[in-house]
Amino acid sequence: MSATFDIAIIGGGLAGCSTALHARLKGASVILFERGRCGGQASGVNYGGVRQQGRHPAELSLSRRSRTIWGSLQQLIGTDCEFAATGHLKLARTDVDMEDLIAHQALLGEHGIHADILEARDLTRRFPYLSGRYAGGSYCGEDGQANPRLVAPAFAKAARALGVVIRENCKIAVAERAESGFVIRPADGSPAISVRRLINTAGAWGAEVAAMFGDLVKETVMAPNMCVTEPIPPLIGPNLGICGGSIYIRQAAHGSVIFGAGLGVADAQALRARPLAEVTLEAAAAAVEMVPHLRNVLLLRSWTGIEGRMPDGLPVLGASPTVEGLFHAFGFSGHGFQLGPAVGAVLAELSLDGDTRTSISGLAMDRFAPFAVPAP
Amino acid sequence: MSTTAVIIGAGPAGMAAAEILVHAGLHPTILDEGDQPGGQIFRKPQAQLQRPLEKLYGFDAARARRVNATFASLRSKIDYRPGTQVWAAGNEILHLIDDSGSSVQAWTHLIVAPGAMDRIAPVRGWTAAGLYSLGGAQIALKAEAAVIGRRVIFAGSGPLLYLVAYQYAEAGVDVAAVLETGHPFAQIARLPALLSGGRLFARGLFYMAALRKRGIPILTGVRLQEVIRDSDDRVTALSFRHRGMEQVESCDAVALGHGLRSETQLADLLDIEFSFDAVQRQWLPKTDQDGRSTASNIYLAGDGLSVRGSEIAEASGRLAASALLHDIGLPAPSKVERDRRTMRSAARFREALEHAFAYPHEEVAALPDDVVVCRCEGLSAGAIRQTVERCGEADINRVKAFCRVGMGRCQGRLCGAAAAEIVAAASGTTIESVGRMRGQAPIKPIPLAELVRSRP
Repeated sequence: MSATFDIAIIGGGLAGCSTALHARLKGASVILFERGRCGGQASGVNYGGVRQQGRHPAELSLSRRSRTIWGSLQQLIGTDCEFAATGHLKLARTDVDMEDLIAHQALLGEHGIHADILEARDLTRRFPYLSGRYAGGSYCGEDGQANPRLVAPAFAKAARALGVVIRENCKIAVAERAESGFVIRPADGSPAISVRRLINTAGAWGAEVAAMFGDLVKETVMAPNMCVTEPIPPLIGPNLGICGGSIYIRQAAHGSVIFGAGLGVADAQALRARPLAEVTLEAAAAAVEMVPHLRNVLLLRSWTGIEGRMPDGLPVLGASPTVEGLFHAFGFSGHGFQLGPAVGAVLAELSLDGDTRTSISGLAMDRFAPFAVPAP
Repeated sequence: MSTTAVIIGAGPAGMAAAEILVHAGLHPTILDEGDQPGGQIFRKPQAQLQRPLEKLYGFDAARARRVNATFASLRSKIDYRPGTQVWAAGNEILHLIDDSGSSVQAWTHLIVAPGAMDRIAPVRGWTAAGLYSLGGAQIALKAEAAVIGRRVIFAGSGPLLYLVAYQYAEAGVDVAAVLETGHPFAQIARLPALLSGGRLFARGLFYMAALRKRGIPILTGVRLQEVIRDSDDRVTALSFRHRGMEQVESCDAVALGHGLRSETQLADLLDIEFSFDAVQRQWLPKTDQDGRSTASNIYLAGDGLSVRGSEIAEASGRLAASALLHDIGLPAPSKVERDRRTMRSAARFREALEHAFAYPHEEVAALPDDVVVCRCEGLSAGAIRQTVERCGEADINRVKAFCRVGMGRCQGRLCGAAAAEIVAAASGTTIESVGRMRGQAPIKPIPLAELVRSRP
């Protein structure tokens, strides 16, 4: 095995595994380092919503591109990862929320995304299982859901099949600049690797990796509290959300209803997170409030995982403001799953072509003022 | 800081622990899933079905009487919460659910004694109506005064097989056969260890003799083949191989069980470390000889720590309570050394039992591809093997994530042991190295509306 690669990726979540595949498809030699297992953190344990609707304008171009990839997963990686365009219905509690939805519909339209505005009586007719307490909603038919457990490993498998070297259970001891790129020393003592380009997709630990090169941003962690019920006959069609966030609900093809609300506890140092019973209780109440039929359905499991969060709730994506050949994508703030496939495509373009056709200017790291590292 | 001692489980271990704590002047809280104290072993029928203790518990009637008397004497000195399920555990808080809704219970010291449940080795057709777990069949008899069928086959392995078959025969049920998959008498070398079980071993022989006297065939070294079903998916017969011969025995119900497995989800949620027990082929919470876990102020006792039967459970409950008292600086009234000796000699007997009535892991690992293993998710042995092969995975949690084995209503309790054997064999590794399915709250499934309802 050559100890020299065009690209090294730190972090085997969905963004990292997709980058590995896309960079390899462009002809680069690629090595990916993951300290645990690919898809073992946020990518594998999130809610599984695949939606463009409701996103910040700075993400919409990226989200649009990702949707295209979601629709062609079968061709790209040989499996659809249970992606289904079941639609995404965002509900409004009040008339003020409805105005926001209408404004958002126009914004989506500018990016070629179609959404229908539904009044209360449309909701009652089309989605009779909803409690009748909503002023209306916005329905985006091409949004949907997928099984998060499958996606990052499937990208990793496809990348590996094309010759990407994937080193799981491999921590990085040192990653540093070298004359014509970077040198990476694995913690297991295996030989150092030289690369031309380095891509940081380390998720909740992305700011830590960035800091190794002097790119200083504040990233905190969060752990969305997730719940799943026993399988029930098909009831809920679209992936459900609500203005202002809080509860989100979807029913998977095999019948389980997956919902989330609130946050569990995350410990980035210990690499672990756990759901909170109090939050699970609140989520259960919110789920029953949204879909009363769920009252007598059994809750089977709750879980969570660690995600990185940026101060403005938007990810960092793009070239390092200070180091040539270094690229970052982290801090997806609880909504990176849908974006993941396109993040990989964009990073492959940025690192190999020097540019991308996707508008990501609103996600650059330098939108944050550099901050001084507090003395230890 | 004052001590809030909480005991989970009012079986023999939990009750013995409570008795020690009360005698030391504490006022423990006992949280119990059951509606009455006694655990599974001393499970009582509802009031209108009350029968004499001798009928209910046989040889254990005297102990049952003593447990009842002990409980009566403790009743006013403990906060007894029957019908209470612990569904999650947080930072020195337990999350509870009972008939009136959800609530929380704080603790400073916790004794965890959740007991055990049936260990099942799947066999072709085992999802048929009329097939019950052995423990389930016994509970039907004890608690409901009901039987699972008119002509019943008892199949599987372990002492409970003979006891329940005997109880069913006594209740007037036509016991068609007792089919033991182990070779309990093939290992003469272990006989001394088995004999060290003394009374327990003698009882096993008594049940066998009583069954034989009734003309009920007891076959050992049996290989179960298929639970045969009619078009309504009801059990009609069981086919098996014995001494190289294929046989079919007709019946309308089967009680299936291969010993017991410890309930460990709560220990998992409490962040206690586990170690692999090669004898029981299960991951068990780590403790010292008295039941101190690796988490501070948490103690384990009874079959939830390691399956050793109800008498040993009592000793382990006393030890856990004594350890707790020691840790808060109170003298323990128990004869600790005597209980430790009991535990040590019991370990030898239980190990011999596990060898005599071993889980048929080779048969499970070799189950044909089309046999259902995970009944909640409808997954066959072949589907699990394909996942191992397709993903190159030998980690039970990854296999679970990829194919959903153990994700259904039983949360892996019923299928987990078998799935681990299949994954290990398919990936050419040991059952220890496939790891253990992680526990996740709720510990048992709960309707959303029940969770939402707060205790007034």
